[in-house]
Amino acid sequence: MENTLFVNSSPHIRSEVTTQRLMQDVIIALIPAAFAGVYFFGLRAALLIAVTVISSVGSEFLIRKALKRDNTIKDLSAAVTGLILALNLPPELPLWMAVIGSFFAIVIVKQLFGGLGYNFLNPALAARAFLIVSYGARMTTWKPPLTYAADVDVLSYATPLGALKEGGELPGLIDMFLGNIGGSLGETSALALIIGGIYLIARGVISWHIPVIYIGTVGLLAWIIGPDGVFTGNPFFHILAGGLMLGAIFMATDYTTSPMTKKGTVIYAVGCGILTMLFRLFTNMPEGVSYAILLMNVSVPMIDRYTKPARFGGEAHV
Amino acid sequence: MKFQNFKGGVHPSQEKNTMECATVKMSIPGKVVIPMLQHIGAPCQVAVKKGDTVKVGQVLGKSDAYVSVPVHSSVSGTVTAITERTISGSKPVVCVEIKPDGLQEISEDVNAPVVDSKESFLKAVRDSGLTGLGGAGFPAHVKLNPPKDAKIDTLIINGAECEPYITSDYRECMENTENIIEGINHVLKWTGIQKALIGIEDNKPEAIKKLKNAVNKTDSISVYSLKSRYPQGAEKMLIKSLTGREVPPGKLPSAVGCLVMNVASVAFVAEYMKTGVPLIKKRVTVDGSSVKTPMNLEVLIGTPIADVFEFSGGFTTEPAKFIMGGPMMGVSLYSDEIPVMKYTNALLALNEKDGRIPDEYACIRCGRCVKVCPMNLLPFDIDRLVKANLYDDLDKYNVTDCIECGSCSYTCPSKRMLTQSIRLGKDVLRRKAKK
Repeated sequence: MENTLFVNSSPHIRSEVTTQRLMQDVIIALIPAAFAGVYFFGLRAALLIAVTVISSVGSEFLIRKALKRDNTIKDLSAAVTGLILALNLPPELPLWMAVIGSFFAIVIVKQLFGGLGYNFLNPALAARAFLIVSYGARMTTWKPPLTYAADVDVLSYATPLGALKEGGELPGLIDMFLGNIGGSLGETSALALIIGGIYLIARGVISWHIPVIYIGTVGLLAWIIGPDGVFTGNPFFHILAGGLMLGAIFMATDYTTSPMTKKGTVIYAVGCGILTMLFRLFTNMPEGVSYAILLMNVSVPMIDRYTKPARFGGEAHV
Repeated sequence: MKFQNFKGGVHPSQEKNTMECATVKMSIPGKVVIPMLQHIGAPCQVAVKKGDTVKVGQVLGKSDAYVSVPVHSSVSGTVTAITERTISGSKPVVCVEIKPDGLQEISEDVNAPVVDSKESFLKAVRDSGLTGLGGAGFPAHVKLNPPKDAKIDTLIINGAECEPYITSDYRECMENTENIIEGINHVLKWTGIQKALIGIEDNKPEAIKKLKNAVNKTDSISVYSLKSRYPQGAEKMLIKSLTGREVPPGKLPSAVGCLVMNVASVAFVAEYMKTGVPLIKKRVTVDGSSVKTPMNLEVLIGTPIADVFEFSGGFTTEPAKFIMGGPMMGVSLYSDEIPVMKYTNALLALNEKDGRIPDEYACIRCGRCVKVCPMNLLPFDIDRLVKANLYDDLDKYNVTDCIECGSCSYTCPSKRMLTQSIRLGKDVLRRKAKK
């Protein structure tokens, strides 16, 4: 034999699924929601998305260089974080705040902990929480849908959950389903998000468990803890309101910050649902999805530890 | 008896290109190299020396150890050398090199065995040199003699053949059907087991049909179609699919009342009972992206794999990897002079593109490895500990339960070498236990 032979441990074949392809699919799944955002809130939304994605990818490129590590922007995870962060922001947010948010998400929450696979919080959600704490007013300034004129005055408009909290007029369920309401640029259209979710499930990127169980728990609790007594609540309002669709389909399902075991996943999704409703109904905050998911992210290591699968064949009789 | 599937597993592209290739008998090679260890257990002591004339079926080496089987010559000719070679693993093995004279004269010692009791049956099986022909290489006479307190109620015949490319067991079912049934009857008779289940993956409908016809009138033998999913043919998975029972950690199938044999092994039992010719040839699937004409060959044990590939018609592209076995659990070889042995059921030659293993990236904690592991393990965690040299924590992760099927590495999006890490972890624990 003249030429060299590869010799390595089995297996010698691999499935075609790569991290990059998974990220690609997430981006594709988010396109409907991004388009809905631009449709309802105008080209400013498109600009915000572009700036956030570019600053996320740019932050990753620069920090990897600074830390003398290899360039990982090709795996597209930074682009995904940027896109998800953008969809979580009010459409009129000043661009420089979005850039700071991207920096926080990529550099602090992700890269300083080790990069892809090492973050213990969802980077986009953590950045959103950081921005709310830092720039509370701007982060809760909403715009009515389909008003493209860029006014000098800052328009203030309530989201469905905001209206619920303040006792204002609630939008109809159809408007909430289509996205004809106020809110973050990617959270308003349940229809667009569901289309993306079905795509992700069909492509095998996520499984149906987390979105369905999370949303189901929210609906169930919304129905039980009604305003006029038990079982008088409107589950559909809470399911379609706020960032639940976006969070349940695209953020709670983030691989790194969700459990590795089957049982753990169920506990996690139910926990997200319970916390979301607790925040929505029993605190001053109109919305609770971000904090619910972040708190469940933090409990994932413990959940994983206590839900290890049973040993094949039972425990050894040693 | 419940009929259910095992958890997890993967479904790689089948590549069963040689299904319709009837087995072709390969010519006698220019030399054969016969190792003294082709099975799990104690190596054989060489019984011939350089210059000896040997005949087909003559004993070349044997051992007094219980877990060992004799090794026989597959050709008639002259012993040219007794050497030590590294075949697989790191310990070299004594090998007998023979130059065939082309006559294939059969040794006078080759006679149909006289079997009238369980003891004589087991002795005959041992004398035949039979080890598990499915690839594991466990001495058959040991397997057929489980401990007295084990109550075996089911003989399982493994015709799953879940690895890509390999069709040798399928051809066995199609070409040697009667001997399979006869062999099962021999085993049932002398072990006292009441029933036999033949399990075949559903991607082999012709074989299922043929075997079902062959067992038509027999009550004790049934044929089952199993869902095609790797590693359906792994012993523990097969038992779970056919009987619903899970083999406890560290125990053998006898612990759950089962005994598993490969279709080719059981067919060989029937042939040996009739002819007395020991294990000297193997049905081998030759395939892979570098192979010009994939086919099934009947190869004499000891034939260097280079000769096998040459006989099949050679290569279209320069092979970059040789695999003995399937692409999921097969062993990549460092040389093409390694011979075909008792546990060889396929030889693959892959080109550069297919032979190269991708680089591994960071674990993204997606959980796919956990989902596909048929033994309920956490491959990503074991990999993390092994890479960090934290071997002391490994016991809690049930590392020894791993059957090394490779499903975890196959499915990982970051192409991490999980199976390799787990193997390393097992090895470290084994050495620690020995100390």
